Amino acid sequence: MKTNGGKALMDSLEAQGVEIVFGLPGGAILPAYDPLLDSSIRHVLVRHEQGAGHMAEGYAHATGLPGVAIVTSGPAATNMVTPLADAMLDSVPLVCITGQVASGAIGSDAFQECDTTGITMAVTKHNFLVTDASEIPQVIHDAFYIATTGRPGPVLVDIPKDLVDANNPASHFDDYKPSGHDLPGYNPIQDPDPQEVLKAAHLILQSKRPIIYSGGGILKARAADELRELAELLDVHVITTLMNRGGFPDDHPLALGMPGMHGNYTAVTAIQQSDLLITLGARFDDRVTGKVDEFAPDAKVIHADIDPAEFNKVRSANVSIQGDVGHTIIELIKALKQLLENHERPDWSEWKSQISGWKERFPLVYDEWQEGEGLKPQYVIEQLRDNTPDDTIVASGVGQHQMWASQFWKFNHPYTWINSGGLGTMGFAVPAAIGAKAGKPDRMVWAIDGDGCFQMTNQELVTARLEKFPVKIAVLNNGYLGMVRQWQELFYDERYSEVHLQSDLPDYKKLAEAMGCVGIRVESPEEVQPAIDQANEINDRPVVIDFRTEASENVYPMVPAGKSNSDVIVHPSQGNN
Amino acid sequence: MVEQFHTLVVRVENKPGVLARVSGLFARRGFNIQSLAVAPTDNELFSRLTIVVDAESAPLDQVVKQLDKLINVVRIQELSQRDSVNRELILATVKLIEGKEDNIMRDIESFDANVLSVGEKKIMVSLSGPPEVIDEFETVLEKYGIVEVQRTGIVALATIAR
Repeated sequence: MKTNGGKALMDSLEAQGVEIVFGLPGGAILPAYDPLLDSSIRHVLVRHEQGAGHMAEGYAHATGLPGVAIVTSGPAATNMVTPLADAMLDSVPLVCITGQVASGAIGSDAFQECDTTGITMAVTKHNFLVTDASEIPQVIHDAFYIATTGRPGPVLVDIPKDLVDANNPASHFDDYKPSGHDLPGYNPIQDPDPQEVLKAAHLILQSKRPIIYSGGGILKARAADELRELAELLDVHVITTLMNRGGFPDDHPLALGMPGMHGNYTAVTAIQQSDLLITLGARFDDRVTGKVDEFAPDAKVIHADIDPAEFNKVRSANVSIQGDVGHTIIELIKALKQLLENHERPDWSEWKSQISGWKERFPLVYDEWQEGEGLKPQYVIEQLRDNTPDDTIVASGVGQHQMWASQFWKFNHPYTWINSGGLGTMGFAVPAAIGAKAGKPDRMVWAIDGDGCFQMTNQELVTARLEKFPVKIAVLNNGYLGMVRQWQELFYDERYSEVHLQSDLPDYKKLAEAMGCVGIRVESPEEVQPAIDQANEINDRPVVIDFRTEASENVYPMVPAGKSNSDVIVHPSQGNN
Repeated sequence: MVEQFHTLVVRVENKPGVLARVSGLFARRGFNIQSLAVAPTDNELFSRLTIVVDAESAPLDQVVKQLDKLINVVRIQELSQRDSVNRELILATVKLIEGKEDNIMRDIESFDANVLSVGEKKIMVSLSGPPEVIDEFETVLEKYGIVEVQRTGIVALATIAR
C-alpha cells in the first residue's frame, strides 16, 4: 500500500503508542500537521517551543513513557536546545521531531534554516536527518528504541519539508512496518555480570560503615521496590540524590534524604564517613561530591550503572557493575541471601547509632517567623506538603525553592518529584508540571517555583488553561534571584550584583488572571493554609499563588562550592565548628 | 612505562556526520587528538578511523567509553605501539639550493623516498613509513627549507600473531 512521509510519520508515532505530543507548527513542519488532524494523537499547542520540550520531559518523568515534542525548523529547533540538553543530563527519554527546509534548500541559508542535527549533536543521545521519505517509519522506530533503552535520553529526528508533503511525489513510498533495528553500534547491556555482583556482595558483608547512595537511575529503571527490598534486607540507610527523591520513601526509618551541596547534615556526613558506598544509578555529580579528592575518603565503592562511561569518571570504583540497576539489585539480593546462609550478619549497630545521633542532632531547621518578615519559604512548603494528597506530584524550577522543596517535602512515592537536576534549567517548573498533569490527569500536580524561574516560562499557563491542565503553581516570590543572592551574601561580602527582581512586578495575581488562571496573593502565615485549600478545590483551571517570602532566607546546610563535604555549614542555630 | 599516545582503530557506520560526531565528542570532552585518518573499508556500510589520542588529556578508558556511546560507532580497538604496525605518508616540497643538489638527492635516496616532481628551484618528494622515520625525514628536509608539507596522520593495523 502506498503512503507518504507525513502520514507515515503520524502512523509511526501511533505505532509507538504515542497518545499526546507537545508542539507548535511552522513553515517547515506544516505538511506534517495536516495528517495530524486525522490521527488519534492529541496535540498540545504550546506558546513557546521550550515549553513543548519541558512538557514532554515532565510527561516522561511522571509516566516513564517517552515524551514527544514536534516543532518546526530554525528558531523552533534552537528553542528546543535547552530541553534537549536538560533531558540529556537527566537521562529523560524524549523524542523530538523538527521540521527542516526542503531537501534541495539545505545548505543554502534558506528561510528558517539552521543545521539542527549539527547544533543538537552534543545535546542528544542521537539524532537523525531523514534524507528519503521511506526512511521515516524505520527512523521513528529506531528513535524511540534509542530514547527508551540503555541509559535513556533525548533523540531528535529532523525531517525536510518536502519529505512529509503529500503533494510531493518523492514523499510517496510503499508502506511497511519496521521489524528490527539496524543499529550495529548500539547494544545496551541489561544484565549484570554475576562475578561482579558476587564481588559486590562480599564487599558489603566485609564493610563496617556501608551506605546506599542511590541516584536517578533507580527511577529510570523503575527499581524503587527493588531498592527498598535491598535496604531492608541489609538494614542499611539509603541516601537519595536530588534525581532520586521519591525513589525511596522519606517516611521509611532507613531514609536519610538528599546528600550534596544542600543535602542534610546526616546524608552528607554518612557518605563522608562511610567505608563502603553502595552506589546505585548515581554518577558522583559535583553537587554531590563537593571537592572530589576529599569525598568519602575512607570509602570503597561499588558502582552499579547502565552507562559504563560513568565508571571511574569521577571516582574510581572497587567493583563496577554494568546493567539495568533494577536487574543488578535483584541479583545482588540473591547473592547476599546466599552468602548470608553461611556468613554471620555483620554488626553495623555502632555505625547505625552514629547515624541516628546525627539525625537527632542535625534535623533540617529554619528560624521561626518574626512579625514584619516575609513568609518563611520552608513553612510554605511544609504547609503545601501537609495539605495535599500524599501522592501529589511536585515539579520545581531551579534555585533556592528547588532545594527547599527537595529538603522539606516528604517524597513517599516514586515519580512524584520532577525537577531539572543536571542542567539546572530555570523555568522548568511550569511546563514540566503541565506535562506531568497531561500524563497523570488524576493526580494533583503542584509546581513549586521561584519568581525568577516563573518569569521565564509562565506563558505556558495559557496553554494549561486552554488545554485544561489544572496545575497549581506556588511562586515563592522573594523578589530576588535567591540562590545567586545567597552566594553574593556569603562569598562576595554582601555585594549584591544584579540579583534584585522586585516582588511587585509583574503583579503575579493579575498576570495569572490575565492568562485565565486564578491568582491568589498570600502575605501572612495565617493566610497560607486557606490559600492552599482554596487552590486544591479548583479543578477547572490553573491556580497561581504568589507567596511573598522572606528575601534574606538562606538554604542550609551548605557545602560551599569547591569545598570538602566535611566542611558542611549547618543552620546557624545548630552551631558550626 | 605508560605511553602518552594511544592509537584507536574505530569502525563506524558510513553515515553523514559521523566524523563530526567523533570530532565533536573529542572537542567537548577535552580529549586531544594527535592525528586522525579516515578511510572507507571493504564494506561500503562502514568506515575506519585511526585516531591517535593524547592520553595525558584524558584517561584512555574514558575516551573509549565515551566514543563507544556514539550510536554510529560499531567497534573500537586499542592498539599499543608494540603490537601494531603504524604507517604514515609525507608529501613535501623542498627548496633546491644551488650547489646542494647532490646533498639533497643523497638524503632522499638514503630514506628510499620518491621524487614526485622536480622544478628549477623546488623538488617534491614522498615517503611512507613508521611515524618516527617520517619525523626523521622531515627534520632532514628542514635543513634545505621546506616550502610545503603534508602528513597523513597515522594508520595502523594489529600485528599478525605468529
